[in-house]
Amino acid sequence: MSTEPLIFQNSRDGRGAKAQWPAATDGNALPDSLVRKQPPRLPQTGELQTVRHYTRLSQKNFSIDTHFYPLGSCTMKYNPRACNTLAMLPGFLMRHPLAPVSRSQGVLACLHELQDMLRHVTGMHAVSLTPMAGAQGEFTGVAMIRAYHKARGDEGRTEIIVPDAAHGTNPATATMLGFDVREIPTREDGDVDFEALKEALGPQTAGIMLTNPSTLGVFERRIKEIADLVHEAGGLLYYDGANLNAILGKTRPGDMGFDVIHMNLHKTFSTPHGGGGPGAGAVGVSERLAPFMPIPVVGQADDGSYRWLDEQDLPQSIGRLSTFMGNAGVLLRAYVYARLLGREGMERVAEFATLNANYLMARMKEKGFDLAFDGRRASHEFIVTLKRQKQELTLTASDVAKRLLDYGFHAPTVYFPLLVPECLLIEPTETEDRESLDAFVEAMASIWEEAKTDIEHVKGAPWDLPVRRLDETRAARQLDVRYDFNGEAAA
Amino acid sequence: MPFVPHTEKDIQEMLSVIGAPSVDALFDEIPEHLRCKKLDAIPSSAPEMEITRVMHERAAADGIALNFIGAGAYEHHIPAAVWEITTRGEFYSAYTPYQAEASQGTLQLLYEFQTMMCELTGMEISNASLYDGASSLAEALLMAVRSLGRKASGRVLLPRALHPYYRQVAANLTHAQGVTLHEVDFEAGTGLTTVAAAERAGVEAPTAVVISQPNFFGGLEDVDALTDWAHAQGALVIAVVNPTLLAVHRPPSEWGSKGADIVVGEGQPLGAPLSSGGPYFGFLCCSKQYVRQMPGRIVGRTLDLDGKPGYTLTLQAREQHIRRSKATSNICTNQGLLVTAATIYMSLLGPEGLSRVANASMANTRKLRDALTALPGVTAALSAPFFHETVLTLDRKVAPVLERLSDEGIVGGLDISGMYPELGNALLVCATETRTDADIARYKQALGEVLARAKAA
Repeated sequence: MSTEPLIFQNSRDGRGAKAQWPAATDGNALPDSLVRKQPPRLPQTGELQTVRHYTRLSQKNFSIDTHFYPLGSCTMKYNPRACNTLAMLPGFLMRHPLAPVSRSQGVLACLHELQDMLRHVTGMHAVSLTPMAGAQGEFTGVAMIRAYHKARGDEGRTEIIVPDAAHGTNPATATMLGFDVREIPTREDGDVDFEALKEALGPQTAGIMLTNPSTLGVFERRIKEIADLVHEAGGLLYYDGANLNAILGKTRPGDMGFDVIHMNLHKTFSTPHGGGGPGAGAVGVSERLAPFMPIPVVGQADDGSYRWLDEQDLPQSIGRLSTFMGNAGVLLRAYVYARLLGREGMERVAEFATLNANYLMARMKEKGFDLAFDGRRASHEFIVTLKRQKQELTLTASDVAKRLLDYGFHAPTVYFPLLVPECLLIEPTETEDRESLDAFVEAMASIWEEAKTDIEHVKGAPWDLPVRRLDETRAARQLDVRYDFNGEAAA
Repeated sequence: MPFVPHTEKDIQEMLSVIGAPSVDALFDEIPEHLRCKKLDAIPSSAPEMEITRVMHERAAADGIALNFIGAGAYEHHIPAAVWEITTRGEFYSAYTPYQAEASQGTLQLLYEFQTMMCELTGMEISNASLYDGASSLAEALLMAVRSLGRKASGRVLLPRALHPYYRQVAANLTHAQGVTLHEVDFEAGTGLTTVAAAERAGVEAPTAVVISQPNFFGGLEDVDALTDWAHAQGALVIAVVNPTLLAVHRPPSEWGSKGADIVVGEGQPLGAPLSSGGPYFGFLCCSKQYVRQMPGRIVGRTLDLDGKPGYTLTLQAREQHIRRSKATSNICTNQGLLVTAATIYMSLLGPEGLSRVANASMANTRKLRDALTALPGVTAALSAPFFHETVLTLDRKVAPVLERLSDEGIVGGLDISGMYPELGNALLVCATETRTDADIARYKQALGEVLARAKAA
């Protein structure tokens, strides 16, 4: 594929997409002292040339719509087109966030119903939709735990417990809220080390952050006992909903004993990942945390009309975390998806995500790959370790990831979780058909064969993409993060 | 069943490969007492045809009003090509570009975006976006604290004339890390933030001073004086700016004698629809010396094995997936899709188009002010020069007037009398380039009738 120049390189003085320009006005109304002397060097290109440039760039991406994307922990499933089309109806797009509620009943009805559906499917007491991503949902959850202890005058709880297999956001979030992070180890079989947990718990424990099924792809079987232990110690349980897709409609975090959860709606509720956002990280809470929910929340009056609940309604709220109402347009997409699935569809999400993962795991094992947790059921994802291939052939997880791209598959998540060497975390999701899974298994087997005969060819991959393997060290050392207009002119 | 392609034959064959008797058996590690019962409270599956009808009805339920609210979210014209391209599946359904070789489209676009934001703000570095304007300000405050290291007092001065929601969000997101916010009053009559007022706040050794250009009232601050004063206190200057304004306004890098240190703002005016408040995106730019304290994704240009240029995420050692509890922020996602829209928007508008948008918005807001203040009972509240928003004072409570206007299909601005009681019956109004002379005349007529009717009654 040919190199696409930067749009700045196509820019010519005096060109422009002139149909997009409003009529010129008489001069600049700014005080002279504030007027800009040099215009910003934004591109000057015609409309077709701009459209063509960005269309060509799009073609350099892998995406769910074009490729199997078994990226563990990211739930790359089909993003139904209807969700996008219906969230982008003019009546929704043109609504100002501060427009009167009397002119917002349509959107508020959708959001209120979404709150309810999420509440029921997770078994929580109440839901707030405002967090703008999973990490902000985590922040919200831990902030509520902090506010809860504080409101009770329980000031000595300075520690958050996090298993060593957790997502990096968990410890990073606890730190942002001023907590000390205490890591506890994971057992051989993937469950939390119960004895280590007991030892870590005490009057300093504010709470524990858990993902279930864990990032290791297995269900934490003693979750109820863990919940009881943590509660006895006066701590609260935080559920990282990154893997909610695995259990949707099968078991509910609220029933497991969790006090607060966040849901990545861009995973389980199929809103787009968009090349890294926008996400949406709705939170669900138990009754005792409900007074602390972030605002605004959608409430319904006795006459059936909807309105925003604010500080007056929730005086103990941890407050506002986004300028307006979080990623409302994403929430509308999640609403449409939830309605398309309905209760029957929600149960099938977990069923088929799990069927696909266990099938793929069995097929990989058949081909001789080593599973990190052999003998356990896969949840919606599982881990293959290439420790043996690395020892025997110097074949690494990264080599396989890059070579898979040549075969037309997006790579699984590599090197996470950190405690499994040379790992591939593979999550096929429920929307893939059996043929895609079989083709992936064949590609993996074929790469292993290639490594036995021509390891250099594998290590040189990718060969067939717009670029070959990129020098990341150079990127960090010789920092080039914007176009150098002068450099270009000099050249 | 929606979106699951399996046939009955597939299911049986897959189960036999797994060696499980049924799909239900795959959940046998979940203890029986935790298995959930039927989800009866959730509605049954709706076919696409049915939900399409529901959504069309709800989108139309409230009508499309003629809008005169800004207050942090602005109704600009968005070229059709922006979202046509942005919602192509290759952008829409891709993940964060961890596998750089399979994500060159998104990565090159982000590099172009970073360049455009550096051009608008005059700064050396831009990240690939944060969640929204208010949360970007919070991240900038934390970044300032990290940048000053042990010298940081954690005390931040911010104007009371900054968007009230920005002040709330900044407080909520930073207070657990020892940041304290101290408000600087605005001057009665102009609504502007003066150096004298900043001094009166009496905050010793501030870590950062926040300057909002324009401020919440639309007013244009004396950014040079404020910047120089802040630097004289040893503080970092954090500029909160409207990106459209920067097409015509001196960039923050040129404020005062040394320029701003960190620049943040709401990216929504660059191609994101109002959409009830989101998704939008926040931007954050800084000078090079602070780059290692910057939160969020950054894209860098590098070379591949053949020496050909390519793009990749860089400086990831700052981030949560590497540094865990010592990361600069817990943020993972940016607002990639919105940045895609913004990059295409800025390319289509170009320097001429964007400056026309800024100037036309300024001109329209002046026309709006002149038209409305010609009505008895309506006066301009503040005398300062303004961008594309301004505050009017009514001779009576604002809320009932806005309700009457809403009945006429006009969203007539934001009642800010509760947020700023000292301004009296204050109404914040905005007219971007999308408001025509006829729109303004319609507003004037409707407001005149509402005011006259109430007086008569």
